[in-house]
Amino acid sequence: MELTRRNFIKSNAIAATAAVAGVTVPGMSSAKTSEADDGIRWDKAACRYCGTGCSVLLGVKEGRVVASQGDPDAPVNKGLNCIKGYFLPKILYGKDRLTKPLLRKTNGKYDKNGKFEAVSWDEAFKTMAEKWVAARQSKGPKGVGMFGSGQWTVWEGYAASKLLKGGFRSNSLDPNARHCMASAVGAFMRGFGIDEPMGCYDDLEHADVFVLWGANMAEMHPILWSRLTDTRLTKKGCEVHVLSTFEHRSFELADNGIIFEPQSDLAIANYIANYIIENKAYNKEFLDKHVNFNQATTDIGYGLRDNHPLEKAAKNRNKGKFNKISFDEYAKSVSEYTVQKASKMSGVPEKALIKLAKAYADPNKKVTSFWTMGMNQHTRGVWMNGLVYNIHLLMGKISEPGNSPFSLTGQPSACGTAREVGTFTHRLPADLVVKKDAHCEFAEKIWKLPADTIPRHNGMANKKEQTDITGKPMGKTLVHAVAMHRALKDKKMNTFWVMCNNNMQAAANMNEESLPGWRDPGNFITVSDPYPTVSAQAADLILPTAMWIEKEGAYGNAERRTQFWRQQVAAPGDAKSDLWQIMEFSKYVKVEDVWPADLIAKKPEYKGKRLYDVLYTNGQIDKFPVQKVTDGSGNEYANDEMADFGFYPQKGLFEEYRLFNTAEGKPKKGHEMAEFDAYHKARGIRWPVIDGKETLWRFREGYDKHVPKGAGIQFYGKKDGRAAIISAPYEPPAESPDKDYPFWLSTGRVLEHWHSGSMTRRVPELHRAVPDALVFMHPKDAKNMRLRRGSKVKVVSRRGEIISRVETRGRNKPPQGLVYVPWFDASRLINKVTLDATDPLSKETDYKKCAVKIVKA
Amino acid sequence: MSKIKDNVQSASRRKFISETAKNACAVGLLGLGIGVYSKSANSLSSSALRPPGALPEEDFLAACTRCGLCVRDCPYDILKLADIGEQVAVGTPYFVAREAGCEMCPDIPCVPVCPTGALDHKLTNIDDARMGLAVVIDQETCIAFLGLRCEVCFNICPVRGKAITVEASHNKRSGKHARFIPIVHSDSCTGCGKCEEACITDQAAIKVLPIDLAKGKLGEHYRLGWKEKEAAGASLVTPDTEHRYNLPEGVTYDHGGEGLIIQSEAEAQTPLSDSPFSDNPLDTLNNSSIKD
Repeated sequence: MELTRRNFIKSNAIAATAAVAGVTVPGMSSAKTSEADDGIRWDKAACRYCGTGCSVLLGVKEGRVVASQGDPDAPVNKGLNCIKGYFLPKILYGKDRLTKPLLRKTNGKYDKNGKFEAVSWDEAFKTMAEKWVAARQSKGPKGVGMFGSGQWTVWEGYAASKLLKGGFRSNSLDPNARHCMASAVGAFMRGFGIDEPMGCYDDLEHADVFVLWGANMAEMHPILWSRLTDTRLTKKGCEVHVLSTFEHRSFELADNGIIFEPQSDLAIANYIANYIIENKAYNKEFLDKHVNFNQATTDIGYGLRDNHPLEKAAKNRNKGKFNKISFDEYAKSVSEYTVQKASKMSGVPEKALIKLAKAYADPNKKVTSFWTMGMNQHTRGVWMNGLVYNIHLLMGKISEPGNSPFSLTGQPSACGTAREVGTFTHRLPADLVVKKDAHCEFAEKIWKLPADTIPRHNGMANKKEQTDITGKPMGKTLVHAVAMHRALKDKKMNTFWVMCNNNMQAAANMNEESLPGWRDPGNFITVSDPYPTVSAQAADLILPTAMWIEKEGAYGNAERRTQFWRQQVAAPGDAKSDLWQIMEFSKYVKVEDVWPADLIAKKPEYKGKRLYDVLYTNGQIDKFPVQKVTDGSGNEYANDEMADFGFYPQKGLFEEYRLFNTAEGKPKKGHEMAEFDAYHKARGIRWPVIDGKETLWRFREGYDKHVPKGAGIQFYGKKDGRAAIISAPYEPPAESPDKDYPFWLSTGRVLEHWHSGSMTRRVPELHRAVPDALVFMHPKDAKNMRLRRGSKVKVVSRRGEIISRVETRGRNKPPQGLVYVPWFDASRLINKVTLDATDPLSKETDYKKCAVKIVKA
Repeated sequence: MSKIKDNVQSASRRKFISETAKNACAVGLLGLGIGVYSKSANSLSSSALRPPGALPEEDFLAACTRCGLCVRDCPYDILKLADIGEQVAVGTPYFVAREAGCEMCPDIPCVPVCPTGALDHKLTNIDDARMGLAVVIDQETCIAFLGLRCEVCFNICPVRGKAITVEASHNKRSGKHARFIPIVHSDSCTGCGKCEEACITDQAAIKVLPIDLAKGKLGEHYRLGWKEKEAAGASLVTPDTEHRYNLPEGVTYDHGGEGLIIQSEAEAQTPLSDSPFSDNPLDTLNNSSIKD
């Protein structure tokens, strides 16, 4: 019952009478309650989907989410949601939720080719542990692997990092965020020595000019887009530039819409730098004080397999080294990118390029650049991210309201989980890396592990070989997402655990590189999932997952905002959270199973212990006892993991993670978080949090406590406090259209579905809105092939094919010669077609460029 | 659809045939209950839409022989024949948008098979069909009006970007966000019903109605000044003279445009010239602080 005018008058009249009589009439005190809403308990949570980080309020009654609303007090979304967020409660209640562990069996025994049968958690973990220990003992640190997620909660990522790096002594941990923003991370580390954007969403109101470099914010960051649009509508002189390889919905707002030839964004960015230099528009004082100039190593390959002709041809394969150069040398390196050349390479009219360059070069205009997958999923993604930083740094347009190079994230906790607690193969929590002995030693100290436990990237600790349970040298230990599938196929990795993502659907070139390894009889694949996804279908063991608000959680969004929620409801059946699964599994592995004797000898007290004892009941994590979880109104919440383990694991893990930012001798500063309890009270807090205060813009005096008085700006992630401008040229893509495969293929998302659709396709309304992935195509291309809108076609590459229908009128309008296919649709797996070429530096796949042909089906 | 309407034969003749037919049938249907039949024949339910090319309702009823060929040839089984008791004349073809909208087949297979022209054979471009008109009927529950990002009707519309457009406006409540409001344009909406079918609210906030029910009409005397001017290419009456004003220093007045312009504000806000730099290159060069 809404409080309508009539109701209001009526209830006021009653209330007036009641007041005289001195009684309170139930429901009269506040307008928000109503008969139907009686007994609903409201609490906050971060939205389950994208990196925007909207907050929602969830209404729970009798153990079920019966209502939801955008959180009106959340600064990001102020009560609003996108259409996916509108239907959030429904993702919990798909009819095909998994409720029991399922193991492939024949005649009561595990069989790779058997049928899935329900098993107990005990049987599931026993089977798994046997396989994992055998693989670790026979194949070394790369014999086992875990593929995690930017959708894990913060502590799930942290617990996984401990399990793999500290427990199994393996760096075979990588998140699906590798497919998403590894290139962004690479550029942050190279340019600034510290990860994540310097700005925050307030840039959306403070900028005069917005430039979208390969980001369709209109669909992929819907609520941020409504903020950007509002600024464009209400701010005089505001302009929007949109760059893409095809026309999409963000072009509806564009003052300067730019369709460029795939890969030529490298040339466009270099042209802008050249324009700024030629016109002497750069900020000399800023450059003198805060920047140094560098040249990237070129001809670095395409992240394909060693025997690929492109890799054999590359002179400096995978080399990320960059060397200091002078300003003049830098100027010379970009001087070839004239407007004529950039226009010729990109196919963009000179006028449009000049308009864009002028916007950046105008000292009176504040410019915020946004990007996501168009720039990150790019065989030169790290370079391309860097080229945009170069432009901002040349102008000094950085780290202040409205002047912001802003890398957006696609996942709810790509920042909070994948990046901040270090679930990448090369990382440790708080920007530390396994490449550095000092970082590993610090992590070992915090984790109370013997020295040299954490495998170094090359298996050498302080130049000495690390001993291994195999008795053989550890060797190189890093294995990123794409390499994991290759290692499974090559039988180098034998066990694989995929959690909180759908990598069989998501990884490129699935027929050639993903499926063979998963279905190899020598390999054992575990998938933790709430629904029977494509990945689950390809697994040997499926673990049913408690999702999202069925557990206590925390996500970190793209503006460094960390948001917590309490467990709102119980998971169905025997489904358990990823945190529970990780910790419980560690009870099935003993230190002796995976550590060599000399390592145990360094900490004899760990003899005979389970990984669980060493990693999670180490006196730090288990020091927070079982307690009541309550909100400000005194409502009580369950915490299933706390009940099971007998301590408060979420709090313990988070507080231990905080030690990476607070403990004596920390190698890096800048990632300070608030105390655990603070987040349950706040609508998200933006780190670094210093003395209880949040940081909005980093590296700028006044806004950032780490910048000393008088410095103005300090890029303190770098030892010399200077950001790195890194020159990098245009280099061609891995595969381009030719006579046999004449079209570019770009893949991506749609507003209504999130990623592989495992959640949104179970919301009937969203499914009805966008049931199938279509092949978006230029009408002329369709006509030339005698195709019509709705015609059935095959999209064929050298690797595979799918069948779908042509769309010539839809939301995406490709130029001639390019087709766009969304990847959410499990019945049309476009990643059979895509190419597994990656940026050799970030190891992130380029899902935006490969060559295909279209034939009538 | 004026083309199709032009082809309609004399309405009174049609009406005569129609009523005669109705009466004749009614006699035959006596045993089934005349009351039910007459009622449903006269008032087409507002949720029932006719196939593409259908003549205006009365003419359609007169011409339709209830043969069911259009229903048979609908490749998506969208069309159905009305049964007794439904609020649609028995045996006539219709569809309900919320259940499944017309797929708008480019070859319109339902039309050429119509033996009587009740579905006008002159309809050859499906975009010219006018089965009804979409109306955002409930702005209180349409989540776009509430500021949420939806746009499903806009995205699913087969005449995308023409029949429904989205207009951004400031969200006063949040103060920071824009609302993306769907607006239906009758000059392009075919009434296919895809928007109503896909509308994600429990009851559709956008509905396709019969055109006569959905469409308003401006007073016949009234013209839209800006459109008339645009069509004429100039003012319809003598252009205005130049206006001059008493103004303090630093203040100008832009008649017919911005109005009052206070110079200091204007300087701060005037869009910059084409180049951020002085026209004289020496200014830039001499002011440069780069040494080498």
